[in-house]
Amino acid sequence: MNPLSRRRFLQISAASIVAAGAASRATRALAASTSPVPRRGLRRVPTFCDICFWKCNAIATVRDGRLWKIEGNPDDPLSHGRLCPRGTGGIGAHTDPDRLRAPLIRTHERGEEKWREVTWDEALEYVAERMKKIAAEHGPESMALFAHGIGGAFVRHTLKAYGTPNIAAPSFAQCRGPRDVGFTLTYGEDVGSPERTDIANTDCLVLIGSHLGENMHNTQVQEFATAVGRGATIIVVDPRFSVAASKAKHYLPIRPGTDLALLLAWMHVLVTEKLYDADYVAKHGYGFEAFAASLAPYTPEWAYPETGIDPDTIRATAREMARCRPATLVHPGRHSNWAGDDAQRSRAIALLNALLGSWGRKGGLYYPASMDVPGYPYPKYPKPKRPPVDNPGKKYPFASEAITTGVREATISAQPYPIKGWMVYATNLMQSLPNQAETIRAIQALDLLVVIDVIPSEIAGWADVVLPESNYLERYDDLNVDLFREPYVALRQPVVESPHDQKPGWWIAKQLAGKLGLEAYYPWRDIEEYLDHRLKGANLSLAQLKQCGVVRGPHQPIYFEEGVPAEFGTPSGKIEFYSNQLAKAGFDPVPRYQPPEPPPAGAYRLLYGRAPMHSFSRTQTNRLLSDLMSENVVWLNATEARRLGLKSGDWVRLRNQDGVVSNRVRVKATERIRPDCVYMVHGFGHTARGLRHALGKGASDTQLITRYKVDPLMGGTAMNVNFVTVEPQMEA
Amino acid sequence: MARYIMVIDTRRCVGCMDCVVACKTEHGIPEGYTRDWITETVRGEQPTTQLEIRSERCNHCDNPPCVYCCPTGASHIHERGGVVLVTPEKCIGCKACLAACPYNARYIHPDGYADKCTFCIDRVEKGLKPACVSVCPTHCMHFGDADDPLSDVSRLLASRPNHTLLPEAGTKPRIFYLT
Repeated sequence: MNPLSRRRFLQISAASIVAAGAASRATRALAASTSPVPRRGLRRVPTFCDICFWKCNAIATVRDGRLWKIEGNPDDPLSHGRLCPRGTGGIGAHTDPDRLRAPLIRTHERGEEKWREVTWDEALEYVAERMKKIAAEHGPESMALFAHGIGGAFVRHTLKAYGTPNIAAPSFAQCRGPRDVGFTLTYGEDVGSPERTDIANTDCLVLIGSHLGENMHNTQVQEFATAVGRGATIIVVDPRFSVAASKAKHYLPIRPGTDLALLLAWMHVLVTEKLYDADYVAKHGYGFEAFAASLAPYTPEWAYPETGIDPDTIRATAREMARCRPATLVHPGRHSNWAGDDAQRSRAIALLNALLGSWGRKGGLYYPASMDVPGYPYPKYPKPKRPPVDNPGKKYPFASEAITTGVREATISAQPYPIKGWMVYATNLMQSLPNQAETIRAIQALDLLVVIDVIPSEIAGWADVVLPESNYLERYDDLNVDLFREPYVALRQPVVESPHDQKPGWWIAKQLAGKLGLEAYYPWRDIEEYLDHRLKGANLSLAQLKQCGVVRGPHQPIYFEEGVPAEFGTPSGKIEFYSNQLAKAGFDPVPRYQPPEPPPAGAYRLLYGRAPMHSFSRTQTNRLLSDLMSENVVWLNATEARRLGLKSGDWVRLRNQDGVVSNRVRVKATERIRPDCVYMVHGFGHTARGLRHALGKGASDTQLITRYKVDPLMGGTAMNVNFVTVEPQMEA
Repeated sequence: MARYIMVIDTRRCVGCMDCVVACKTEHGIPEGYTRDWITETVRGEQPTTQLEIRSERCNHCDNPPCVYCCPTGASHIHERGGVVLVTPEKCIGCKACLAACPYNARYIHPDGYADKCTFCIDRVEKGLKPACVSVCPTHCMHFGDADDPLSDVSRLLASRPNHTLLPEAGTKPRIFYLT
C-alpha cells in the first residue's frame, strides 16, 4: 500500500476545484458589478498577493485612479499587516513596460521569438483547433499542462475536463517534493504550504540550508525575527554565511552535500546520550529499536571528516536541541533538491524532530487548520483512458505528485505514449527545469506549445501561441483556503484594470473550454457568480469578502496539548522510525549516508538560492524590485578570489563540467562562503528578448545546471551537483 | 517639543529592503533613486564571520552640516520634531548639501532639487509611522520621541547597546543602531 496518493495532493491543493456529482447550475446571479472607478480621491481595495505563493493578504490604495501603494491587510494571519518587499513592490508588476500586451501567434521558427498580434478569438480558436486535433489523433492524454500557483486553477479545470491526467508543476520535482515525501513516509503527512512551522514559539530553531530573511516567506521571516528578538537559540547549517547565519548562536559551515551525515551524527548523540524524548517515542514511534541500532556507526568523530563540523560542535548543538525540546524546531526547508539523497535527508530531518518530540507540539510543527469552503459542484471529469506518463510503472514509487521532468522525458521519447501538446501557465520552464537542452528537445517534439503568462518569459519565447494574462492586481482568482495556524478564506479581486489586451486566467480557461465544446464544465456566467456560490457554501458572500478581503475562522486546536488526536497516516499508524514500505520497495528503511562526489580540482560546486526582493525568474523586469537588485553576483570565497587575482566587482564567466559558459557576471569576493563552492541568486541571466530590462543582466544558474541527479524514491531532480570554474573576463 | 529619532535593531533586520521599496512607492521616488538603502558590514574570516545589516537614510542630525551650508535656506530644521527637511521651491540644486553630508544621504531629484528622507513628517503629522517603519516585516525599526522617556525609542536606547554612524563627524546623528 502506498499512502502517498495523488488524492491527498488534490485534497490539499488550494485550487480546490472539486468535481461533484450532477451539475447544479448556480441560480444566483450577481448584478453586473463593474462599478465605475472614481477618478479622484483614495480607494482602498483588499486582495491577496501573487508575487510568490505565500499569498499574503494586502490592501491596495488607488489614488486618483492610479495604483499608489500596497500594504499588508492588518486582519491577515499570514502577513499581520506587513508585506515583504516583493508584495510592497507589486505595483511594479502592474506597471512593468515589458509585459505581454496582446495574444500572439508564432510566425517564425520556435524560439526565434517572432509572432504576430492576433485577437483573443483567433488565438483561442487556434489553440482549440489544435487541441481537438491532438485529442482526435492521439487522445486527450497527449496534452500536458504545467501550471504554478492559484491562478492556474481554472486552466487545470479546463484541461481535466478535456481529459488529460498529465498535469504537473515544478513545485514538486524541482522544489519541495523530496521534503514532502520524506515527511509523509515518516508522519503520514507533509508539512504543507505555508509550512506548519511554529517558529514564533520555538526556543531552538535549526535551519539547514534554509536562508530565512533572504528566502522571504513572509510569516516565517516575521516569526524568525521574533524568535531572534526573544533570544531563541538559532543553529544554522549552511556552506554560506547567510543572513540567518549572522543571527545564529551556532553557525556550522558544512561541506556541501553532507547534511545527512550531520543529521545522523546528531541523532546518534541524542540516542546514545539518551537525550531524546523517550516517552514521546515510546508512545508514538514505530521501529525505534532498529533505527537506534542503525545509528551506531554515525559518531560525531565519523561525521567530522565528512561534514567539516568538529565533534564538539556536533555534540554541543545536539545537546542544545535536547535542552529546548519539545520547543525545538528542525526546519524542514522547502526547496530540497540538492544532492540526490533528498527524500531520505528530509526523512532524517523528520526523524530528528520526532526524537525531539516536536511534531504536534508548541514551538515545533503544529497541525494546521483550514476553513470549510465547499468546491463548486461541477460535472464529473471524464476518466482518462491512459495513466499519467510522468512515472511509468511507478518507477519512483513514492512520487505523490506528477513529475515535470517525467512528462518532459515522455515528450522526448514518446513513451509510454506520445505527448504532443504543452500548455504552460505561469511557470518559466526554461528557468525551472534542469538541463535546458532537454527541455528544448521536448518542445521540438510538440505539435502545440501554449504559454499563458504576464511577462514574455524564456518559455514564452518557444511558444506557438502566447496568451497575455492580467496581472494579479487586475483579476479575480479562486479563493485562498490554505491550511495554516488559523483557518481563513481570502479573496483576490481586481484593483485596477489591465493596461492592454490582457485577460484573467479564469476568462481564458472558460473561453477555451467553450471552443472545445466543454461549456458544461462552466455552468457559471462569470467568476463573481462562481466565487459567491462557493462563499455561500461557507455562510459568507462575495460582497462581504470584497469589503474585508479575508475572513478568519475560529481557532482550532493545533497541538497535541490542545487536543489534536495523535494519529498518523502511515501504514503502522505511528511515526515510522523504521519504514517497512521503504524496505519493501528496495530502499533503505532508515536513512543511510552516501558521500557526495567531490568537486574536480580547481572547480567549485555551484549553489543557488533566493534574494528577498525577487521571486523565481518572474520579477527581474519589475522596475521597483530591479531597482533594489538588478543583477546577481557570484559569491566566491575571498581567499580563492585572491588566488585567482579577482576582487569584488570584477567580471567573470562560469564554465561548468559540460563546457556550458555563463553570461558575464560580477564577483562578490567574501568571507561569507566556503572555499569549495560558489553561490548565486536564482532567476537572473535572462535571455528572452522581450524582457528588455533584465536581458543579459547577471548569470543564470539554470543554464549551468546541465547535470541533475534523480531521487530514486520520488523522481525529484537534485541540482547542487554541478561544478564550475571561474574565468576572469576583461571589461566588455 | 518633540525630538524625533529612529532606533533600528540590527539583530532583527534581515536586509530585505522592504523599507526601501515602501519609501519609493509612498513618495513616488523616481526609478534609479532612493532615500534609504541597506548597508552590510562584514567582519572577521570564515567561520567566525560577523555581519551587521543596517537600514540607512538621512540621520536628521542635531548638528546638520547640510543646513548650515545651504545658501538659500531650502535645507532647514522643521519646527516639528527637529526633522531636517528641504523646501524644493527654494532649492537651486547647487549640491553644497550633498558635499557636506557625511552619510551620502542626499541626491538631486530629476526635477532639480536636493531630495532625501523626511522621516515621513507628512505621515507622522497624521499620527502614522514613517512608511519604512510601518511596513518592516521584522519589526526592526522604531520611530518616536527621544524627549519622552516612556517612548519605545527611549526605552530601547536605555536598555540595549547601540551606536550611531560616523559619530566622529560631530553631526550628532539621530538614527541609532541596536547591536
